[in-house]
Amino acid sequence: MITILDYGSGNLRSAERAFATTSREVIVTSDPRVCEKAEGLVIPGVGAFAACMNQLRAINGGEIINSHIAAGKKILGICVGMQIMFSKGFEKITSQGLGILKGDVELLPAKILPHIGWNQVETGENSTLFKGIERERFYFVHSYGLLKPVEAGLNSYTDYQGNFVSAVETKLVSVVQFHPEKSGAAGLRLIRNWVESL
Amino acid sequence: MSLAIRIIPCLDVDAGRVVKGINFINLVDAGDPVEMARKYQMEGADELTFLDISASADGRSTTIEVVKKCAEEIFIPLTVGGGISSIAQVDTLLRAGADKVSINTAAISKPELINEISERFGNQVLVLSVDARRNENGEFEVTTHGGRKSSGLDMRSWIEEIEIRGAGEILLNSMDRDGVKSGYDLEMIKVAREHSNLPIIASGGAGTVEHFQEALAAGANALLAASVFHFGEVRINQVKDELAKNGFPVRMEMSN
Repeated sequence: MITILDYGSGNLRSAERAFATTSREVIVTSDPRVCEKAEGLVIPGVGAFAACMNQLRAINGGEIINSHIAAGKKILGICVGMQIMFSKGFEKITSQGLGILKGDVELLPAKILPHIGWNQVETGENSTLFKGIERERFYFVHSYGLLKPVEAGLNSYTDYQGNFVSAVETKLVSVVQFHPEKSGAAGLRLIRNWVESL
Repeated sequence: MSLAIRIIPCLDVDAGRVVKGINFINLVDAGDPVEMARKYQMEGADELTFLDISASADGRSTTIEVVKKCAEEIFIPLTVGGGISSIAQVDTLLRAGADKVSINTAAISKPELINEISERFGNQVLVLSVDARRNENGEFEVTTHGGRKSSGLDMRSWIEEIEIRGAGEILLNSMDRDGVKSGYDLEMIKVAREHSNLPIIASGGAGTVEHFQEALAAGANALLAASVFHFGEVRINQVKDELAKNGFPVRMEMSN
């Protein structure tokens, strides 16, 4: 079973439909007891970093995420669901993230923002997420991102008037800055790659 | 490696059916929105836009059903616009499965709505639709109600204001060119580009593959078109092939 964490952020309907294409059971919930049974936990997220952290705290999302990882199970963070895994965010105000991955989420050094549209990913070697879709484009919509690589992970990069980290994979935690649930066939393949790694 | 330009078919939806006219009049039936959305996704559309032109509340609830059905099977971003004037309507559409909303008339009569939507849902959900036309002095003026009323606002100062208030993108519609297929208003795109750091989606006037290229050269980041796609005069992959040949980065849909 795949659980999508419902903390009031993200296009949950699209995410649910996209993960359901893998034929696994998909549940959208904020109930920690249901999350406990999940093989894989998905953290969606759109909007500002601080607002998402507040909404996450309201359902004790940090505990749900940490206990899932402590049980040795995998997690996938999408867009702001990626960003809040890091130590700090600087969107509008400086705010603390979950700190599960080390790094800061900063304003992209580009003239035209937000970065909206389909961009390529220079995938890290032997990536699980991008297997078979190394040359595809994915749909991005964000102004903030991770500018420095995560030392303890496999980093993939995207160029938008300068490089930023568009995906990080560690043993249990995978995060992507783009929206696989909105990235057509390539996005569905990435979701399948993650689900098959569970 | 670089960001691809986006090709966005726009579906004008009236009570659950796609319609298209010239300069917002003489509407003819162009098909079922979900079916057309599916077809455009397969042909390589990078996003889809629904513009709800229903006159009645009943017609608008039909559109919400259409959005729900689309979200079930369309895995590219969907923007919905038309008659949106409150946070509650934005919330309903996002919950139905829209990724973004576009607003126009309501933003002009109540500019704080831009701040409110952006603060609540993030600026990435907000496409500010700017319907502009040349006035008798040759300046670009913002209109409302599908181009029927002048707002008295100058396009340059308005697009600067919406960026500050929290818009995420500009949908720049040339009211003079809507549905006439004589090419995008390149001067309008250039002026808008000089006054904004937001992504610009150019709209109004696409008739041939060359028109798309001209608009990109003028500074557009994305291109929206309706009639030229609906009646099959130009196919999306045809536009993309041509753009790719001329060195513009485009996305090709995966074959499987």
